[in-house]
Amino acid sequence: MYIILVGGGKVGYYLTKTLINEGYEVFLIEKNPLKCHTYSERFGSVIMQGDGAEAATLAAAGAARADVVIAVTGEDEDNLVICQMAKEKFHVGRTIARVNNPKNEELFRRLGIDVTVSQTNVILSLIEQQIPDLPFVHLMSLRHADLAIVEARVAEHSPILDQPIERIQFPPEVIVTAILRKGGLIIPTGQTVIRAGDELICVTKREREEALQDLLGI
Amino acid sequence: MRILIVGCGRVGGLLAGRLVENGNDVSIVDANSRSFRRLPEKFPGRVVLGTGIDEDVLRTAGIEQANVFVAVTQDDNTNIMSAQIARNVFGIDRVILRIYDQARAAVYRQLGLTVICPTTTVAGMIEEEVLRSTTAALRSS
Repeated sequence: MYIILVGGGKVGYYLTKTLINEGYEVFLIEKNPLKCHTYSERFGSVIMQGDGAEAATLAAAGAARADVVIAVTGEDEDNLVICQMAKEKFHVGRTIARVNNPKNEELFRRLGIDVTVSQTNVILSLIEQQIPDLPFVHLMSLRHADLAIVEARVAEHSPILDQPIERIQFPPEVIVTAILRKGGLIIPTGQTVIRAGDELICVTKREREEALQDLLGI
Repeated sequence: MRILIVGCGRVGGLLAGRLVENGNDVSIVDANSRSFRRLPEKFPGRVVLGTGIDEDVLRTAGIEQANVFVAVTQDDNTNIMSAQIARNVFGIDRVILRIYDQARAAVYRQLGLTVICPTTTVAGMIEEEVLRSTTAALRSS
């Protein structure tokens, strides 16, 4: 798989390093000649100095045969145009853009970018996971399908305590995929009995979250 | 006509002044307050400080009432992004933007935006003048 990365800031640098180590064919485009020089000493000849929004630069980097283009510069407008140029001019199958302003996630998707990554939202959700007393945490949003993966703790007064899953009426479009109990992992079956304090990892439609919270007594 | 201009450089400032003179209702957005010095004195239009790629800034500038949207900042990508916000989020039909890079100009023209590319326009005009002087020189020799 051939991946072109645009933007050699911290994110671009570590992504390049990691992807190379994982065995992918990677090429990095960075504007700043000084950075290019330092990086090429570390990575070898997989770096090119240039403006990734320019067709000539993308062509020279081999965009026509790239499977993925990832734009991770610090400017949203640049990331948008890099991905759109890759798609419209070079027919790259998958474009991924870093979004600095979380408000732009929705816009970018509407404008045809396949995947958006908002650092702010990612960090926010990581922090939420680390706050011990939150009973309901978003682990991941799959916004194309309007789905989320959530972690929810069953409260002492939940109406479903001590019942096997097959007898519980979960809201439609909610699936319990795993249960964490006292540090152990349980892959649930219909016979698994729910206890107070269980952490349920669920895949759920966004609009069903509230019903799920009610059911778990949150 | 209600016209929203993003970018108050030489072109944006001049354009805003002219359009106001012709009786249009003009709003202008720029990220740098010093840019507004290019507007004519007693400019009657709305002046908004902020970036043209932020929906909230554009709302403050009255984009929801605008009939025509113009993006003429110095940065091609800013113009491209704000023009697409105007068309895809706010549904403005008449969106005009400047793109210096001719390759990008061609791509976004194909996507249905009205693109002015000064690079090709000016190069064409100069080429014409050059050709005219060589023909004149040939004729006089």
